[in-house]
Amino acid sequence: MADTSDLLAYRFRDLLGIQGLQVWEILGLLDKAEEFVTQNRKLDKKGASLKGRTLINLFFEPSTRTQASFELAGKRLGADVMNMAVRTSSVNKGETLIDTAITLNAMHPDLLVVRHSCSGAVELLAGKVDCAVINAGDGANEHPTQALLDALTMRRRLGRLEGLRVAICGDILHSRVARSNIYLLNTVGCGVRLIAPPTLLPPHVESLGVQVFHRMEEGLEGCDVVMMLRLQNERMDGSFIPSTREYFHLYGLDQAKLAHAKPGALVMHPGPMNRGVEIDSAVADDPKVSVIAEQVEMGVAVRMAVLDTLAQRRPSPERDEENEQKWGGPLP
Amino acid sequence: MSDNIPQDPPLGAPFPLSGSPFAAASVLQGQPPRPIAFTGVRLIDPATGRDEMGGLLIKDGRIEAVSSDLYAPEGLSFDYTRIDGEDRVLAPGLIDMTVTAGEPGAEHKETLASASRSAAAGGVTTIILMPDTDPVIDDAALVDFIARRARDTAIVRVEPMAALTQGLAGEQMSEMALLKDAGAIAFTEGRKSIANARVMRRALEYAKTIDGLIAHFAEDADLAGGGLMNEGELATRLGLTGIPAVAESIIVERDLALVNLTGGRYHLSQVTCSESLVALAKAKDRGLPVSCAVTPHHLALNEVDIATYRTFAKTKAPLRSEDVRLELLEALRSGLIDVVASHHDPRGPEEKRLPYAEAAFGTVGLESLLPILLGLVQSEHIDLIRALHTVTVAPARLLGLDSGRLKIGAPADLALIDPELPFVFNRRLLKSKSKNSPFDRRHMQGRAVMTLVGGRVVYDFARDEALHEAGGAGFSGEASAGSPA
Repeated sequence: MADTSDLLAYRFRDLLGIQGLQVWEILGLLDKAEEFVTQNRKLDKKGASLKGRTLINLFFEPSTRTQASFELAGKRLGADVMNMAVRTSSVNKGETLIDTAITLNAMHPDLLVVRHSCSGAVELLAGKVDCAVINAGDGANEHPTQALLDALTMRRRLGRLEGLRVAICGDILHSRVARSNIYLLNTVGCGVRLIAPPTLLPPHVESLGVQVFHRMEEGLEGCDVVMMLRLQNERMDGSFIPSTREYFHLYGLDQAKLAHAKPGALVMHPGPMNRGVEIDSAVADDPKVSVIAEQVEMGVAVRMAVLDTLAQRRPSPERDEENEQKWGGPLP
Repeated sequence: MSDNIPQDPPLGAPFPLSGSPFAAASVLQGQPPRPIAFTGVRLIDPATGRDEMGGLLIKDGRIEAVSSDLYAPEGLSFDYTRIDGEDRVLAPGLIDMTVTAGEPGAEHKETLASASRSAAAGGVTTIILMPDTDPVIDDAALVDFIARRARDTAIVRVEPMAALTQGLAGEQMSEMALLKDAGAIAFTEGRKSIANARVMRRALEYAKTIDGLIAHFAEDADLAGGGLMNEGELATRLGLTGIPAVAESIIVERDLALVNLTGGRYHLSQVTCSESLVALAKAKDRGLPVSCAVTPHHLALNEVDIATYRTFAKTKAPLRSEDVRLELLEALRSGLIDVVASHHDPRGPEEKRLPYAEAAFGTVGLESLLPILLGLVQSEHIDLIRALHTVTVAPARLLGLDSGRLKIGAPADLALIDPELPFVFNRRLLKSKSKNSPFDRRHMQGRAVMTLVGGRVVYDFARDEALHEAGGAGFSGEASAGSPA
């Protein structure tokens, strides 16, 4: 286990994505999250590492579980948490993203958690504020805390990460969860497979370091983990699949298809689930295989770890010197 | 406006004018300008292949003489101003074949006046104006409006293209004959693409009757729909929907098949992918009346320049991969591509300072057109005369203009170019109202130092105070770490 005090040396001001993180940073965050799993199971769950700090949840895209997860994470660390749900539709344009950022920045938050429907929007906003920014999902780009909580769930259940064979199945094209997971699992030494119809795979996806399958039965052979993704109907504006009935027939996870994976394989899902579309209720509710509820629990712990790490990052001349030598300059 | 006509300088005085070089007056009105003799210039005339040291005499706003012997004009019976070219290049003024301005309807982004000042600073003496304004230029009265506004406020020539379909709705042909009579130089859908093949067929057939040219931006809306950048590995990594190359080539192939069927004259307003180049080569081999253009940003940049979601690099058609860029350069060199056009598309911060998916497409380009071409000459991708050919005589021939040449009797629309002058491109110093350029802070070499329209100086680099005040971030060739705010 990495010494979590090393995380004071976490190189960035923000967590915008898994891309760019090194193995020790990822594992360090997971180790720190373990501590918070324990804390969250106690009667008194409250810590004080974020006492006096202000955390603002800025969600341009609706979310229940992720926003609730971050809110709880912040409060359990003692922070003052404010939730801002910004309604953006093509009809009500209103204030631009940058104007919102500048306005909030003037109120001196310490941590901003941002979700937006456009790839790159969180990075754009992070450039305009002085506080730490956590990406809670931007378009089809990244959702780093989801990948971290998925990894923690896998590691706790299977005892390791390195060498695991993980299948990610479903709507990869529109999924930031898939991308962040691909980056993380490759970094920590897992083998990643994608299973989807060609219409739901991003072009040139093999270049991300994955094996691609179009049939569940083939793709699930020997897999330790089966990660199911939601069909993102709200992001689809064209004809990607003929019907959800056919989709479930070919790509929905049921007992029969799951049997092709390794015995004891984990079934994961970032939620919310479309029962009967990508996953059968029987599989989703089977406590022997499904860790979907556990993922939610790990989510709060991982987010506490991230908030704690970013908030505790102290200015460090030694670290800046080291970064200067290693990377050719200070990092934000 | 008319009191801004530049005053003629006193006898024997060195140029430039005593009045502001940025006169907003008509270049065709008022007294004929004082004769000018350029000596010690490298004359380049891509129309004839002339590339030699010599001189050029301008009288009554037209080219009076061009010769390798014109070193020191003696015995001229009239007063004239002599400009020593100092061995710099004197070429026909550039013709930029695809320029969008905001007049009428979006004057805050760009007026004809500001576009013309930007053009002059870039050595462009003729702007070919796109009709996708608000209202659309699909009526003779609106063509006339543009002509009058340009005459009253622009310092370079403005030749408008008219809409190919009424309202740019892609359904009903516009009144091409009436539009042409009113002064429309060609027909286009601007930044839009005609989806209906029957409409394109009829338009090509009908345009033949008036020897009209159709300039088309080729993009299949369904294949490209929702796309934000070139489809490929980088788009996947950035989580952005891609526009596949086939979205362009499928319409190019369709249009070329219709040209084959109808014999109408066709110009592809931008080519950006190999598949289109293949189709164009085949069409040209068969002798079809087709031509095509490429943009400077497709010659100088690739999709990686989008980097971390830079919206100034968000263009329609999108920047492609590096190997495609090299293919385009080769096609330009070989003559498969006829014209380079900037596709100047001014966009304000309210359209660009947004998340990438929400930002508008488009970049300005009037002031970077020539420097980018000169950069390609520097890096030996093309030679100077070929580079200038693509922005002078090639568009002139396609559009039936008599400019773009160093011809005796032609209007003296000229650019004095220093191909070696180094500078750091600073978008904040652009003369256009909008500053959305992907070339900000790019080190460039070569630019126009003087621009003349009808024998009148409309731009003089030596007197361009804004650029010189920028000091160390500009024109001594030194790059500074930050540009002025």
